[in-house]
Amino acid sequence: MARFGMVIDTKKCVGCMDCVVACKTENNVPEGLNRDWIVQDVKGTYPTLNMQIRTERCNHCDNPPCVYCCPCGASHIHELGGVVLVYHDKCSGCKACMAACPYDARFIHPDGYANKCTFCIHRVENGMDPACVSVCPTHCMYFGDLDDPNSELNKLLNSRKHRALITEAGTKPQIFYLD
Amino acid sequence: MNEITITRNNHLIDPTLSIWGWEISVYLFLGGLVAGMMILSGYFLYRERHKQFITSCTVVPLIGIVLLSVGMFALFLDLEHKLYTWRMYTTFQPTSPMSWGAWILLLVYPAMFAMLLIKVPGFIPKKFTLLFKWSEYINNNKRVLQSIGIANMVVGSGLGIYTGVLLSSYGARPLWNSSILGILFLVSGLSTASALVHMIAKDKEESRLLARADNLFILFELLILGLFIINLLSSTQAHINAVKIILTGPYAAGFWVFVVGLGLVVPLLIQSLAVSHRIKHTAVAPILVIVGGLLLRFVIVNAGLLSHWTKVIGLE
Ligand code: SF4
Ligand code: SF4
Repeated sequence: MARFGMVIDTKKCVGCMDCVVACKTENNVPEGLNRDWIVQDVKGTYPTLNMQIRTERCNHCDNPPCVYCCPCGASHIHELGGVVLVYHDKCSGCKACMAACPYDARFIHPDGYANKCTFCIHRVENGMDPACVSVCPTHCMYFGDLDDPNSELNKLLNSRKHRALITEAGTKPQIFYLD
Repeated sequence: MNEITITRNNHLIDPTLSIWGWEISVYLFLGGLVAGMMILSGYFLYRERHKQFITSCTVVPLIGIVLLSVGMFALFLDLEHKLYTWRMYTTFQPTSPMSWGAWILLLVYPAMFAMLLIKVPGFIPKKFTLLFKWSEYINNNKRVLQSIGIANMVVGSGLGIYTGVLLSSYGARPLWNSSILGILFLVSGLSTASALVHMIAKDKEESRLLARADNLFILFELLILGLFIINLLSSTQAHINAVKIILTGPYAAGFWVFVVGLGLVVPLLIQSLAVSHRIKHTAVAPILVIVGGLLLRFVIVNAGLLSHWTKVIGLE
């Protein structure tokens, strides 16, 4: 069984937002809404400053509260790669999953159902990378199988310092940021 | 210094989570109130006091059915994909408190309806003979009467606790991360229900008993609120920041003045004087209790939505 995840090299990301635009185009994300976004995290006091730029999205958590709390069985774990998805025609729009996600990764589609990053499962199933990964001009994003010890992801994770976001919330996020 | 700039600006999410408006607070309040009503009338029925405590055992179930329906309508208004509401009833998701709630709500109606049959409401035309037959059967069977009482207490407790667990199950919102919330909302429901019945009961003894009961519930609620605060204050920094939203932050005035002050302490004082015959019973204390119960839900829901693991909003 594969376990899909991402490794993102913050040393390479320049915050160009190509991933954001690629996602919007690929997935027809309605105006004013975003499935992925850029965060600029500035620490310190001038002149000793440190800035990290990150591209963020749903972490396709291994322990996904958004799935557990869904009263309709609409939020679910896809059989391929543990990707967290939503059946639009089962969703009542109760927003429980939005309350449950520590990353605020979900939103309500103008048609009424909950929506978020799908890891471009329609592309991945056909052997392609997610749209955001494929367009990144600095190649700072890596998509693949975390269960495969020889994957590019695991090589990076084994050799570089990294962290995931808000791990204290206990959802076991599957996107890792190289520091 | 840590400054975070984020390009996301999603509706209902940014700058602060605002997924649930007044509908959910009103629904949680009415759910708690109806839960309290069911437990009280169920208890009186179980103790076979229904002949004397007429309001509790005949009027209250009717009010309960109406109030719960109003609450469920508010909940419905909040759903974003309304045509798919029925999807909640094509599945049972054991890990989802909302799924439990959806099914508990379906048990509440028959339980209250059975209670209603003890004395078929006057507006029901005589031609519905079956209802009157059932009513006669129930009244002639002590066992059935008591079972209806127990059913109302059990389902009512489930309903009351669920309204709190619904929130406490969201680990992403630190303010709600306390299972005490289930008991807090249950006791608040019992207190607001006592206040309501105290206000409308015709029988003097029934009314007085409920005022005394309400005083106890208020005391208990104050204790539980204290435990809730201690619980969060003794937890992680995220939980401390979260509880500060109601203690000293943007919801402090609402919490201290309206929920604790006017909603609990003042009515407790007034009602204590009334119970000990130093002043007359008026509607002031019960109305304060009921409004306080509603505001408790508003404060906990809204402050909880504001609370977050990393973002600290409105503090300092
Ligand atoms: S990031 Fe949020 S929406 Fe995505 S799987 Fe985790 S909890 Fe669910
Ligand atoms: S909004 Fe939809 S996907 Fe989210 S919890 Fe409710 S029913 Fe499930």
